[in-house]
Amino acid sequence: MDFGKNLFNGIIPENPIFKLMLGLCPTLAVTTAAMNGLGMGLATTVVLIGSNVVIALIKDKIPDKIRIPAFIVIIASFVTIVGMLLKAYLPDLDKALGIFIPLIVVNCVILARAESFASKNDVLNSLADGIGMGLGFTLSLTILGSIRELFGAGSIFGISVFGGGFEPAIMMILPPGAFLTLGLLLGLLNKVSASK
Amino acid sequence: MVELFIILLSAILVNNFVLSRFLGICPFLGVSKQVETAVGMGAAVTFVMVLASAITYVIQYAVLEPFGLGYLQTIAFILVIASLVQFVEMVIQKSSPTLYQALGVYLPLITTNCAVLGVAILNIQEEYNFIETLFHGFGAAVGFTLAIVLFAGIRERLVVSDVPKPLEGFPIALLTASLMSMAFLGFQGLL
Repeated sequence: MDFGKNLFNGIIPENPIFKLMLGLCPTLAVTTAAMNGLGMGLATTVVLIGSNVVIALIKDKIPDKIRIPAFIVIIASFVTIVGMLLKAYLPDLDKALGIFIPLIVVNCVILARAESFASKNDVLNSLADGIGMGLGFTLSLTILGSIRELFGAGSIFGISVFGGGFEPAIMMILPPGAFLTLGLLLGLLNKVSASK
Repeated sequence: MVELFIILLSAILVNNFVLSRFLGICPFLGVSKQVETAVGMGAAVTFVMVLASAITYVIQYAVLEPFGLGYLQTIAFILVIASLVQFVEMVIQKSSPTLYQALGVYLPLITTNCAVLGVAILNIQEEYNFIETLFHGFGAAVGFTLAIVLFAGIRERLVVSDVPKPLEGFPIALLTASLMSMAFLGFQGLL
C-alpha cells in the first residue's frame, strides 16, 4: 500500500511543477508542442527512476560528506545513457529537445528526490517515488505543451483542431508564451484550490 | 574583433540566457526578491561561468577529444563545474572574507544552475575558439545578471502592489517574466 501511496504522491499531491516548482528550465523551454513536452517528460522519468533505484541500493555505501557529488555522477550516467538512446532511435525528438537532454543532469527535481527521498527509503519505495514524480512531471509538461501548441499552432500532437481559418498566436510558442501559460495556469490552480 | 562583439551582444540581449533560452530559471525566480541579493548572485555566476567556460573548453579539446571520450562530456563537465564551485568557494573564503560573506550563500547553489552547464555545452556545440568561448561565457553571465537584477527591481515593487489573491507569489512573478521576455524579443532585430 505504501507503494501505491508513494506512486500517487508525485502525480497530484506533490506534483513537481505545479506544487514544488522544481525543474522549471526544461518545463518552459521545450513545451512548444505537446509531443516535445511528452518526450522530455518521459526522458526525465527514465533518469529519475534509474537514479532513485541505484541511489536507494547503494545509499549505505556512500559516505555522507561526498553524497552530493556521488549522486550527480549517478544521475549524469543515466542522462548519458538516455541521450545516446534518443540519438539512436528518436533523432527528431533529440533535435527538438537539443541542449536540454544533457541538462537533465541539473534538473533540480532529480537531485531533490535523490536527496530527500531515495537516500532515506528502500528500493521499492524509491522506485514508486521515481515513477510517480516522473509521471507528474510528464503530465505537467504535456499539459503545458498542449495548451501552447493549441493556441500557438492550432493543433494538439500535430493534429489540427481549429481547421484552416484559424490564425495562430505565434507569441504562445515564443518564450513569452511559456512564462504566460505557466503563470496563468498556476493562478488558475490557486483559484480552484482556494474555492474548494 | 567585430565577431567577438557580435557574440557578446547576442549573448547579452538577443539570446538572453534567462528570457530567451530558459537557462537558470531556478535562481532567476528564487533569488530575485531583492536587488542587492540579485546583484550578489549575478556576480557569483559571472565569476563561475567565465572560469567554467575556460576549463571545460580545455577539458573538451585536450582530454575528451584526443582520447575519443566525447560521450563522457556531460559527466566530465558537471564534475568540473561542481569541483570548480567548491574550489572558488574555498579560495574566496581564505582570500577575501568580505566577498565571501556577500556571495557565500549563493556559491553552492551555482552547481545546479543549468546556465553554467548550458554555456559550457553551447560553447562546444557552436564550435567557438578559446577567445570566443570566453566572450560567450562572459556575455551569457552579464545577460543573466541583467535579467535577474531588472526582475528583482520589479519584484520589489510588486510586493507593495495590490495583486489578485490567486496570482500572488509565483504566478505574478511568471507573468512579469513573460512581459520582460516580450520586451527582450524586441532585440531580435538587432543582429
